[in-house]
Amino acid sequence: MTTLTQPDSTSALASTGSSLGQFVSDGWIATRRNLVKIKRVPEILVFTILQPIMFVLLFSQVYGGAMAIDNYTLFLMAGIFAQTVIFGSTFSGAAMAQDLKDGIIDRFRTLPMSPAAVLVGRTNGDLAINSISMLIMMATGWAVGWRVTTSFWGFLGGVAMLLLFSYSFSWVMALLGMSVRSPEIINNASFMILFPLTFISNAFVPIHTMPDILRVIAEWNPVSALVASARQLFGNTYAEFPEPTAWTLQHPFVTVFIGIAVMLLVFVPLAIRKFESISSR
Amino acid sequence: MTIIEARGLTKIYKTKTGAVHALDGLDLSVPRGTVKSLLGPNGAGKTTAVKVLTTLIKPDRGTAHIDGIDVAAAPKEVRRIIGVAGQYAAVDENLTGFENLEMVGRLYHLGAKTARRRAQELIDQFELTEAGNRPVKGFSGGMRRRIDLAGALVINPKILFLDEPTTGLDPRSRLALWGVIKNLVAEGTTLLLTTQYLEEADQLSDDIAVIDGGRVIAEGTADELKAQIGGHRVVVTLVDEADAGTAVGILARHGEGEAQVSGDGRVVEVPVTDGPRALQYVLADLGEAKIQLHDAGMRRPTLDDVFLKLTGRKAESDDDDDGGAGTGTGSQRVKTELENAK
Repeated sequence: MTTLTQPDSTSALASTGSSLGQFVSDGWIATRRNLVKIKRVPEILVFTILQPIMFVLLFSQVYGGAMAIDNYTLFLMAGIFAQTVIFGSTFSGAAMAQDLKDGIIDRFRTLPMSPAAVLVGRTNGDLAINSISMLIMMATGWAVGWRVTTSFWGFLGGVAMLLLFSYSFSWVMALLGMSVRSPEIINNASFMILFPLTFISNAFVPIHTMPDILRVIAEWNPVSALVASARQLFGNTYAEFPEPTAWTLQHPFVTVFIGIAVMLLVFVPLAIRKFESISSR
Repeated sequence: MTIIEARGLTKIYKTKTGAVHALDGLDLSVPRGTVKSLLGPNGAGKTTAVKVLTTLIKPDRGTAHIDGIDVAAAPKEVRRIIGVAGQYAAVDENLTGFENLEMVGRLYHLGAKTARRRAQELIDQFELTEAGNRPVKGFSGGMRRRIDLAGALVINPKILFLDEPTTGLDPRSRLALWGVIKNLVAEGTTLLLTTQYLEEADQLSDDIAVIDGGRVIAEGTADELKAQIGGHRVVVTLVDEADAGTAVGILARHGEGEAQVSGDGRVVEVPVTDGPRALQYVLADLGEAKIQLHDAGMRRPTLDDVFLKLTGRKAESDDDDDGGAGTGTGSQRVKTELENAK
């Protein structure tokens, strides 16, 4: 800690590049940081790999027999996919709050980097977590009888839609994390809000079996539209269920894409603006 | 030539109990190649000042220029030339020391190769080899501080901001960090440093700005500040604290201004003009009053005295964490003190 080399001049060290090139590079560096974190933090790996396996097996094997649905596993999988990737998006909330608390956001904000890059990196991190979880769930589901009965493109479209929806939701959670500033509150609040949100939907049971009030909530819950769209794309639909009466479920794809558009168009700019003004306390 | 310049910086935070003036018309100017310390207790506004100057927060009023660049208008230009180490060691726990520094270099847009070379140089210079290849998680506070400080030096910045760089460090790490800082300054880096430690300001800086209530209440070299409050102090330590009242009277009679009781109520001191003579008189009178002493003597004023004089409160130090529980009533007291000084 004694000798320091003569500084090169700042201008000679710092290169200039196009702003798009810098944005891509900054975004990749911020993403890489979050990918390393997945690898090195055991809790994240448990959530990403073990929990999806457990959920698929528990729901399909424990509840399957009692459900008045032929082949409950086919019905269940789209619901489990949606629930898992939505929960996966809460990492962005907790991580932004934690980074703010630790002062790392202050470090980033004093660097000449693109202000959106940290958020892009963080939401990409969620996308990576969710992609791994999806692969694990699909493999587990296949092992217990889940099948896609449409086409390869239907399958791919369903997976892409689930990931895109959760990616957009990561931006919502990132904004919440920066606003609430407490990783603990974000984690607890996520459970308090997301459990009802994903359960009062068509994810695990058919909506027409619910009491009226819950049924209306479930019909307008965007998670229901997401699950309904995924079921259609995977061909996991049930002709014996009554036709949906709510507009949202008659047009599930439109509903999902309105949801995605709102999340991206509103929350991406809001989150970036928030990022440009926050600092640790 | 001035490289850091702030005029009338004001930052108001609204809280449940009302508006808090974190900065209240702060003026600051730091000549190129010098070290300025912002000295003040918790809540004085030091960190807020650094955050405004390093583009982290925007002031409600006032302007700040770094190397001629307006901080509010062109934050990104400012960020290209500054290095910052905040109050917390801002390192990613899951990355190794090397990866942390490389990431910072890449985000300064040094390019992959230069960023890696520079990270390795800093690892060597800061003796971080141990932390270089293992995740930061699990390393001591001192090690994290060093990685954080190394992060602030990745581009060899023209201007360096360090917010309480040695808070929470053990004495040995603190000395080591002082060494690093002195070397940097010898090479021409301009440094703005905040600290609660008077000794640190005295050791490291050319110039000290004493901050309280969000503005600069006194400024100058350590010697100038000490000179402002006159010559020696006479200090006596009593055997029995019951004698304190009598002793205060005697010291006040031979001194200039109020006698102060500190420590556990047994240490009494007063500023004096003619030190040795005042000490003789004080001892004679104390002897006549049959007051027993553990210790008696003179001392030169320290920056602690400067702080007490200016703010009416004791400055915080390592072994004294009673914080703002001083005797003064904030800015009112400061005003009277400053007026008296004129």
